[in-house]
Amino acid sequence: MDAQHLDLLYLIVAAAVATYVTRFGGYVLITQLKYIPPRIESALNAVPAAVLTTLVAPAFVYGGMDVAAAMLVAFVIGLRFSTLRMLLVGWTAVMAIRHLIM
Amino acid sequence: MSRGDFREGLRGGFPIMLAASPFGALFGALAVDNGFSIADAVFMSATVYAGASQMVGIELFGSNVQPWLVVLSVFAVNFRHVLYSASLAKHIRHFSFAQKLIAFFLLVDPQYAETEQRGERGLPVTFAWYAGFGVVIYVPWLINTLIGAIFGQLIGDPKAIGLDVLLPIYFLGLVMSFRTRDRFLPIVAVSAVASVAAMHFVGSPWHVSIGALAGIVLAACMPPKRPAIEAHAVEKEA
Repeated sequence: MDAQHLDLLYLIVAAAVATYVTRFGGYVLITQLKYIPPRIESALNAVPAAVLTTLVAPAFVYGGMDVAAAMLVAFVIGLRFSTLRMLLVGWTAVMAIRHLIM
Repeated sequence: MSRGDFREGLRGGFPIMLAASPFGALFGALAVDNGFSIADAVFMSATVYAGASQMVGIELFGSNVQPWLVVLSVFAVNFRHVLYSASLAKHIRHFSFAQKLIAFFLLVDPQYAETEQRGERGLPVTFAWYAGFGVVIYVPWLINTLIGAIFGQLIGDPKAIGLDVLLPIYFLGLVMSFRTRDRFLPIVAVSAVASVAAMHFVGSPWHVSIGALAGIVLAACMPPKRPAIEAHAVEKEA
C-alpha cells in the first residue's frame, strides 16, 4: 500500500471518528448541561445549511451554463418533489443540453 | 433480545432502506470517480455511515482539499446528530453501555426520527427493536455502495454520462430540506455570496470555511424566534 492511499484511509477513519463524536456528543452534553445559550443554539442550527450552501453556490456560478441550467431545473423540481426526483430530472436536463444542444 | 421486537424493527426500517438504496449506489459510483478504490468506498460507508457527509467527503477529497478541512466539513455536516443524541437520551437511558455505543453508531436521521416517534407514542424502545431497524438500513447501505462502486469503475468519462452534475444537485436538495428552519433564507444567501466571493478571490478550498462561517456568524447575530431543542425538524438525509 502506498503512502497516498494510507493517507486516504486515515482520512476516512478520522471522518468516522468525527461522525461518531457527533452521535454520542449530544447524549453526553445533555446529561451534563441543562441550558444552551440561544445565540449558540441559533449558530449551531445554521451549521448544516451554511456548509452545504458553499458546495452549491460556487458550482452554480462557476460550473458552466449546462450545470447551472440543470441545477435551476432541479431546484424547481425540489420545491415539490424528493431529492431523488431532483437528481433524475437534473441529470436528464444536463444530458439533453450536452448531447442535443451543445 | 426479543426476536419479535427485532423483527418489528426490520420491518420498520425496510422502506427506509429502499429509499436510501439509490443514494448508497450513487455514493459508490461518485467515490470511485473521485479517486477512491472500491474497497475505500465500502470502508467509508461502513465506518462513517452518514450519506450526506460521505458525499461531502468525496467531493472535497476529489478537489484536493487539505485533510483536516475534509474532516471538519464532515463533522459540520453531521453536527445535527448532536441534537439527535441529546434528544434521544430519555428513550435509551435503559440500554447497557455497550448497547448505547452500538446505538450511537447507528444513529442516522431516520433512526432518530423513528425512535423519537416510538418513544413519544409510549411504545417500548428496546435494543432489539433499535438494532433490527438499524441493521436493515446499515447492511444494504454497504452492499449498495459496493454495487455503485463497481459500476462507477466501468465508466470512462463521468462527464459524458452526466455524473458530474449529480453532487451539486444532491447538495442543493439537502440545502432545500432545511428551508423551514429559522432564518433559512438570510443564512443561505450570505453563505452563497461569501462562498462565491471566496472562490473567486481566495480560491478553493477556502470557499467552504469562509462561506460557512459567514452564514453561521449571521445566525448567531440574529436572536432566535423560539427556543426548544425538541422543535427541530428531522432533515431528510439519504
